Amino acid sequence: MSMAHLTIGRFAMGQGFLRRLAAMIMKEVLQLRRDRLTFAMMFGMPIMQLLLFGYAIDTDPHRLPAAVIAADQSQITRTVLSALANTGYMNFTHRPTSEEEANALLQRGEVQFVVTIPSDFTRRLVRGERAQILIDADATDPLAAANPLAAASPAINQALARDFIGPLAGLRNKADAVELVVQRRYNPEGKSRLNVVPGLLAVILTMTMVMMTALAVTRERERGTMENLLAMPVRPIEVMIGKIVPYIVIGSVQVIVILLVSRLLFDVTIEGSVTLLALGTALFITVNLAIGFTISTLTQNQLQAMQASFFMMLPSILLSGFMFPFRGMPVWAQWLGEALPATHFMRIVRGVMLKGADLGAVSGELIALVAMLLIVSTLAISRYKVTLD
Amino acid sequence: MAPNAPTLAIDVHDLVKRYGPRTVVDRFSLSIEQGRICGFLGPNGSGKTTTLRMICGLLTPDGGGGTCLGYDLVRDREAIKRQTGYMTQRFGLYEDLTIRENLEFVARVYGLDRLRERVDQSLERLGLATRQGQLAGALSGGWKQRLALAACVLHEPKLLLLDEPTAGVDPKARRAFWDEIHAYAAQGITVLVSTHYMDEAERCHEIAYIAYGELMARGTAADIVRQSNLSAFIATGPGADRLATKLRDAPGVSAAAAFGATLHVCGPDPAALERAIAPYRADPNIAWHEAEPTLEDIFIHLMGKARDNAPGA
Repeated sequence: MSMAHLTIGRFAMGQGFLRRLAAMIMKEVLQLRRDRLTFAMMFGMPIMQLLLFGYAIDTDPHRLPAAVIAADQSQITRTVLSALANTGYMNFTHRPTSEEEANALLQRGEVQFVVTIPSDFTRRLVRGERAQILIDADATDPLAAANPLAAASPAINQALARDFIGPLAGLRNKADAVELVVQRRYNPEGKSRLNVVPGLLAVILTMTMVMMTALAVTRERERGTMENLLAMPVRPIEVMIGKIVPYIVIGSVQVIVILLVSRLLFDVTIEGSVTLLALGTALFITVNLAIGFTISTLTQNQLQAMQASFFMMLPSILLSGFMFPFRGMPVWAQWLGEALPATHFMRIVRGVMLKGADLGAVSGELIALVAMLLIVSTLAISRYKVTLD
Repeated sequence: MAPNAPTLAIDVHDLVKRYGPRTVVDRFSLSIEQGRICGFLGPNGSGKTTTLRMICGLLTPDGGGGTCLGYDLVRDREAIKRQTGYMTQRFGLYEDLTIRENLEFVARVYGLDRLRERVDQSLERLGLATRQGQLAGALSGGWKQRLALAACVLHEPKLLLLDEPTAGVDPKARRAFWDEIHAYAAQGITVLVSTHYMDEAERCHEIAYIAYGELMARGTAADIVRQSNLSAFIATGPGADRLATKLRDAPGVSAAAAFGATLHVCGPDPAALERAIAPYRADPNIAWHEAEPTLEDIFIHLMGKARDNAPGA
């Protein structure tokens, strides 16, 4: 009797558990369905990102822009250059006439490599002396430079072996007829942390700045304080700047902390001008805050604002050249990358910190950031309403 | 204007607000003399909040217009904002700021001089001087509302728009709140306050009743009772209250409600009302008295009327 009671009791409890659980699950699903934007983001975002990054990311970039200074024009130099081009890694886009010009190209990041063929190259080769080819590589991103450099030497020797016919046939078996002198500029030891630490600056700032402002404004709406604020004589531009300024300070402190830690723990020093770096950083922080503000005017609540910030953040990590070589991406993805402030800031930081770039070298990137700031602020102000209409 | 003509603090006419196909406020007109407390009543969703927001410049009317404190409703929005205190239905101050910080913020936004002094005075008046360092979020509902009111009047506005300021507040705190409203009115501040409480409606100088976006009744409480042309009966005795369910849908009855053991019925046509209660008058245990309709009776009656008029209802 009592046993039966116990069993029934336990059974009823189990049923009750399931019933209440089902009620709870149904309620959650209903609520989730009502939040259309969240729902769309949950399904749309992963698919979009999968396609986007799946096609865009290539850790073994090909056809990297290269400059060539050929002081020696002969059949053999042509063979060497076409062998380099045929590796698929190098694409000779520039023919600078002087070393200075070539260095500037490298510093601005317009080319990844500078190939220099000395004037006595053919002569020495024919004489059976050691002939040298110089490759200067922008090694700020060791990942992008490694494979092309590894492929260069075998390709040259193989091509030349085919060319060494007739009187030159004797050179065919000299494995090191051509010596490749490689200079890894800006990051001679190929340390990836030299590349990663400055890049992290861009990523961390994007992450915190965009989200912080996006949440700061949606929080007002969610808590009902926005209506009160709008009823008072405070103008949209004042609200916007007022919301942004504290975060500019926070962002600046973040930057200082990151730079100090990089210096102390990772030995990453600033090659170029600190003022220039500060200017670029201030600009970048402001752009991010303006983006955050815009997100907040487009979303209804903090959850949506958070998701939208993530939507902004992932491409900033994956398409900006932070994680994977920018040049490895297809053209459409590079265009997308160009539209991200993080891409330009990344170039400024790496340029100034690693390459000692001056204002002239990064002015293009600074202008891009200013343009973005103008566009985004206009959007934000036009979206922010003085009324509740 | 005649020299002694009262100045109108609010003078709006034919206000219209639409949200898509829905007309939330329909040709609404209202004028309030300076220094008066006007109770703004009406069922939920009748357009009270929307109207208040249009008056204080938070919403742009789709039609109509008028003046608020002599300023044009649409054109002089900023001037109106500077001289109006609007208290939102939901607590609109920052729960993560202290009481004092909230008041100081508001004072700074309005660009007030003697900031410290004003805030001190306000805290003193509120009786929150000793708790000024507490977070606003830690206050009880009644205190939150009083703080919000204090924040509203910090810049010495000429007009107060209060949106259900006492919803969910206990009777004692409500009374304190209304005492303050009257004190402000005595200083010449005009108050337009929305409420659902009948006792609060009776504490107003005058009442405006809105239903489904339309103004249904206007005047003092006594005016409205007189103009209602509603007849009412009170039934007392054992079981009188149980007649409410039977009478509610009877022809000629617009409202029947039990108040404790007594029953309150009313209807627009005295003869029809008499006919409706006739079957129950035979009961010797129940005594029937003719009575004056209450504001609540009238509002429930008006609500039914408004619904009949509403298109598509």
